Amino acid sequence: MSLLAWLPFYPLISFLCLIIFARRLSWLQASVLGIGGIALSAVASALVINQLINTDAAFISVKLWSWFSLGSSAVNFSFYLDALSAVMIAVVSGVGLLIHAYAAAYMKNDENFSRFMAYMNLFIVAMLILVLADNLVLLYLGWEGVGLCSFLLIGFWYREKENVLAARKAFIVTRVGDTAMAIGLFLLFKSLGELNIAAVNESAAALWQIGDELTYWIALLLLGGAVGKSAQLPLQTWLPDAMAGPTPVSALIHAATMVTAGVYLIARMQGIFLLSPEVMSYVAWVGALTLLLAGFAALAQTDIKRVLAYSTMSQIGYMMLALGAGAWSAGIFHLMTHAFFKALLFLTAGSVILALHHQQDLFKMGGLLKKLPVESGLFIVGLICLMALPGTSGFFSKEAIIAVLWSSPTAGPVLWWGAILGALLTSIYSCRLFFLGFLGKSRRYDKLHALDDEHPRVLLRWPLFLLALLSLLGGLIALDFTAVFAAPSAGTGVQEPGWLHPLAIATPFIGIAFSWFFFKDYRQNQGQELAMKPRALVRFCSGGLGFDRLYQALLVRPYCFLATVNRRDIIDQLIMLNGWYVRLWHDALSASQNGSLRWYAAGIGLAVVFLAGVITL
Amino acid sequence: MTAIPLNHVLILACILFAIGFIGVVARKNTLFILMSLEVMLNAVGVAFIGAGSVWQQADGQIMFILILSLAAAEVAIGLALLIRMQRRYQSLDIDRLSEMRG
Repeated sequence: MSLLAWLPFYPLISFLCLIIFARRLSWLQASVLGIGGIALSAVASALVINQLINTDAAFISVKLWSWFSLGSSAVNFSFYLDALSAVMIAVVSGVGLLIHAYAAAYMKNDENFSRFMAYMNLFIVAMLILVLADNLVLLYLGWEGVGLCSFLLIGFWYREKENVLAARKAFIVTRVGDTAMAIGLFLLFKSLGELNIAAVNESAAALWQIGDELTYWIALLLLGGAVGKSAQLPLQTWLPDAMAGPTPVSALIHAATMVTAGVYLIARMQGIFLLSPEVMSYVAWVGALTLLLAGFAALAQTDIKRVLAYSTMSQIGYMMLALGAGAWSAGIFHLMTHAFFKALLFLTAGSVILALHHQQDLFKMGGLLKKLPVESGLFIVGLICLMALPGTSGFFSKEAIIAVLWSSPTAGPVLWWGAILGALLTSIYSCRLFFLGFLGKSRRYDKLHALDDEHPRVLLRWPLFLLALLSLLGGLIALDFTAVFAAPSAGTGVQEPGWLHPLAIATPFIGIAFSWFFFKDYRQNQGQELAMKPRALVRFCSGGLGFDRLYQALLVRPYCFLATVNRRDIIDQLIMLNGWYVRLWHDALSASQNGSLRWYAAGIGLAVVFLAGVITL
Repeated sequence: MTAIPLNHVLILACILFAIGFIGVVARKNTLFILMSLEVMLNAVGVAFIGAGSVWQQADGQIMFILILSLAAAEVAIGLALLIRMQRRYQSLDIDRLSEMRG
């Protein structure tokens, strides 16, 4: 039990050490501390998961202390581990450990290295609390904690204005979702008087009918929170900008763990969502639209990290789609495999960027296959998992999702076609990325940065190999969620045509074949300058399909306008009336206290005359 | 000899008092302020004497002697202070000596 209780606190201890001693630590000390905390958590996770598998109980829970009481129900600081949170802590601490090891090498020359490691550790703490929380208040604490760490890490290089703006944007946009979620929680507590997750799921099923209006609103508000955190439509605009942070941050937070918190939330609150089929289909639609939008946007990016960011958005769209279709375990399975291969892709991209002296523009790369063979090999592994070629982990999880869509009551053939189109887009933008960056001849870069001199190769390479291994074989991990998720509702009896599965499997190959011919210029480039044709459609796609501009025009500008007009706040002025009144009297009275005796005498005399006059009249 | 009516006495006393008061308020020189104070005291004395003669009582005269001795004592101290002031500040301007600030 104490193993579980201590699990999130190892990184907290190393966070405290790192933040207190900060620059007094050498690189070695800081990285041992930073990685050590996560390593302890990872070992503890492995042990505790082993414990969970070997017991008969469906969950292990431990109560640390009573936090506070809300009405009649107590909010405890207690952890709850079942199959779902076991997968999450395995991903968070396992992938987190590999990314930390890589980050220690990647960030070695940064002057604020220990601050970086401290934030990363704090992030792991918050994420572990989020997934282990047994009640929604504690979950919300972790939820806000990861938001804070995301803000701190996106703006880590705060001397550049762009990074700070990106951090602020991420914070504000996710805050919109968080507000919705908080309102949902209030509503939930008001109607159930309970915030313990297991109890909420149970009593909701007992108390409400399917399709009640209250469950509709609660589920919708929770979906709002999930949409904000997981960068789904319509709150997706922060994720591409979040790439301003250091690359390991992008790998850890904006690909592998934090952005999947929304998926986790929906899976966790499935009792509520199952009661509201309408919201379930909204979830599916949000996922499908996001994955298409992100796919189109990824096609037109020039920055290698932004391509990966949009692909993250699109893969989380798949998870949402799975949840919406009621394929809970497929969604979580995809969450896990995605964490493996997306972390691999981001970290490899980080190595490439490091080797190219922080060049991120794909149009200035080219020919990396020969110059960086190991990184290229790892990148290919990541890409084939992303494209879901048969045999890779991505294949198993994505096929599991696509397989349920057609006959699911809350999804249907339209969404199936959406998912297939998304898979096609995925393979096309992956090929484009690969052709641009790795094939052809090199453009516009001189000498490669020798990684070995400054960055320890062991830390820079081995996490990548392990992640590649996980990406390839992760599909073989059998997840058993029978104890967590309700059995999927029986299909609607829709007959599935026989060509569904073959088509789904063939889709990535169609995409590859298409791009082999369509992106011939990129593939056979001989080192000449390449530029995107600045057509309106391309610009529209590369700007994320105009959402940024739309929000700029609809929300940001009117707000700034109001702020400038109302610079001297009207309400403030009303309140200041009090101040002015007091000020007036103060001035009058202090003018009379001038320290001149003759004035006082005159005052006394006049007052006596006045009083005498009053008395006699 | 016709008795002077009380009203006249009181009007005289009032005028004297007002002159003295204005002197206290308007003068800057401390010596003149002291003199104006004397005028005010004497105005009160006139009022007492007048009232005493109207009611044929000795109280008014007793009060006047009291005021006279009070004024003498006051002037003695006041003049002593003035001399110290003059020595110390080379000035009797009461505004220049004011150290109180509101």
